[in-house]
Amino acid sequence: MGDAQEPNGKPGEPRLNRRERIYQWFDRRTGIGSLMHEALDEPIPGGARWAYVFGSVLLFLFISQTITGVFLSLYYAPTADHAHTTVAYIVKEVTGGSFLRSLHAYGSSAVVIVLLLHLTQTFLYGAYKGRREVLWISGCALLGLMLAMAFTGYLLPWDQKAYFATTVGTNMASEVPLIGSTLKRLMRGGNEMGTLTLSRFFVAHVFLLPGAILGLIAAHVYLFRKAGAAGPPSEDPIKPRLPTERFYPRQVLMDTAVALLMICVLGLLSHFSPTDLGPQANPADTQYVPRPEWFYLPVFQWLKYFKGSLAVVGIVVIPTLTAILITALPFIDRRLERRPWRRPFAVGIYLAILATLITFGWLSRHEDRLDPAIAKQVAKQTEETEQFMREPFEPEAAASSLSAPVVVVLDPLAAAGKKIYESESCDACHGENGVGTSAAPKLSGATAQRSPEELAKLLRHPTEKMLAGEMKPVDVPEDDLKALVAYIKSLK
Amino acid sequence: MEINPSSSHEQADHAKAADQRAAEVAAISRRSFLGALLGFGTVVVGAALSVPLIRFALHPLLTKTTEIGWSDIGKIEEFASLTAPLKKLITVDQRDGWRKIVSEKAIYVLPIKDGVLRVLSPICPHLGCSIPWIEAKQQFICPCHTAIFTLDGTRVSGPAPRPMDDLESKVDNGMLKVRYQYFRQLIPTKEVLA
Ligand code: FES
Repeated sequence: MGDAQEPNGKPGEPRLNRRERIYQWFDRRTGIGSLMHEALDEPIPGGARWAYVFGSVLLFLFISQTITGVFLSLYYAPTADHAHTTVAYIVKEVTGGSFLRSLHAYGSSAVVIVLLLHLTQTFLYGAYKGRREVLWISGCALLGLMLAMAFTGYLLPWDQKAYFATTVGTNMASEVPLIGSTLKRLMRGGNEMGTLTLSRFFVAHVFLLPGAILGLIAAHVYLFRKAGAAGPPSEDPIKPRLPTERFYPRQVLMDTAVALLMICVLGLLSHFSPTDLGPQANPADTQYVPRPEWFYLPVFQWLKYFKGSLAVVGIVVIPTLTAILITALPFIDRRLERRPWRRPFAVGIYLAILATLITFGWLSRHEDRLDPAIAKQVAKQTEETEQFMREPFEPEAAASSLSAPVVVVLDPLAAAGKKIYESESCDACHGENGVGTSAAPKLSGATAQRSPEELAKLLRHPTEKMLAGEMKPVDVPEDDLKALVAYIKSLK
Repeated sequence: MEINPSSSHEQADHAKAADQRAAEVAAISRRSFLGALLGFGTVVVGAALSVPLIRFALHPLLTKTTEIGWSDIGKIEEFASLTAPLKKLITVDQRDGWRKIVSEKAIYVLPIKDGVLRVLSPICPHLGCSIPWIEAKQQFICPCHTAIFTLDGTRVSGPAPRPMDDLESKVDNGMLKVRYQYFRQLIPTKEVLA
């Protein structure tokens, strides 16, 4: 090909084969070569390790959650009226629906687990040290946003446990001093949990949080590359001395292997033990014992110890202080020493926090099992959920639906009126049960709400406009007219 | 860092360069083997996972999600000895994904003629009023523009462009069932409205 502007290299340079030429053509236009170099040739001091896989696995899980989430939204409707029906439809009817929903639900748990592992690895390796404060803070922000994703996503199925767990969760916001009740109403879109709460949680879960997470992931990866991989704990965090190995291929292989293993585990779990869906949320149920998702159990248990005026300490003060402590860690712990055994105090505190969380989580389960009343109620709730899962899918009657039974439960007078309505051929124009046709307006609704006297008068003496529309004056005995009016009134 | 361009040095340089190239080639082939392994694994798992995703998205194409089902009219014995058209109300369930639209419709069951049981839609093919059976005149007479039809729905007079419309019916386990449909008005042929 005579590409005059791009001679095929200087004479004497080896001639490129076809594949190389195509690659060169593409590279000159896109810079794919330097992009791949940038992405894959990151040097890792001390070489690839399994300990470094968690960041990539998190990125992979985020992508998986995005894909399954987008697909789930194909059949989901975020209103209090429809949310539960649509999720039941996904679980019970749509091909692969139960599997996909389970993948998404288990995926959220996996994100939390891998986040913890990532955090633990970074902490134990002292990988936040040496000009990595901003990188660390962006990671903490991501942790917070991911937990918010789990919290908002939990409500969306609108079943009993979703509804009541979120009621408790949003109630906690009201403990914040000064702005508490405003905050709670802001989250709920009102004083009570309702369809506006669901809309808000949906928008946060599907648009706002993922957008913020995407931006922060980009920043986090950029900052990581800027600071460079920290390497093992013995490495100098600012001027690495160990021989380096490139990210590709070994580290990429390890990352991908763990990611594949992860998705296989999630897939098997989803297939053999799909996530269940409970009965639709019933706000009037006063017996329901709400329990949050497992990773919120420690916090849930923790809050039990702060009653009354102390609640603000448990709900607001201590969690805020903990969050600040964790976020500010690189500013507090400024030494460059990274080896965990040389930092017993920091590592001790970290392990203590971790142990506390695990203990609280266990205690929460344990106390539920010990309290017979709660154990009984929890067993009942489980039974109700299993019962609901066994029932076949029941489609929701559309608002325009006319449910036959409603028409049947008429008082005798209205029932007689219905006969007259049909024998006088009113239904010919006003439709069965007064739903209206192209020939005449509907009688249900506004018309049925007029006074009986007014209706009787209109039937006997239709207005000019009605006559013009071919409405005929009704010529029946007075008693029959009464019945007819009663029937029309029943159509409301 | 060779400053002295002596021939022996040049030779050594060449040898070194050759070694380096050989090492690079080995590294590259190792890389591409691992890359291939990686790519293969990813493709297999990716393909396995995209199957449920695609099936999920194609669900409405693989199964019927919107259709009008069969509605019960009544036991077949009820209609064995009819002498005049009988008006019956049926409940029509229409599925629309996760919703159903329930409505009550009227239909006419005609007296059996030549062993055939027919079900008529009462909707006038003129402008869609519903047509009552007028016992006294033994005719269907539309109240809107007085289109008149015989006992079996044949057009007698009036503005209707065609006879009354037959509905698809069947007998299942002694139960007469009908599939309710609407037909286009004002045209001489019967055409189902989607
Ligand atoms: S609608 Fe029946 S005759 Fe016009």
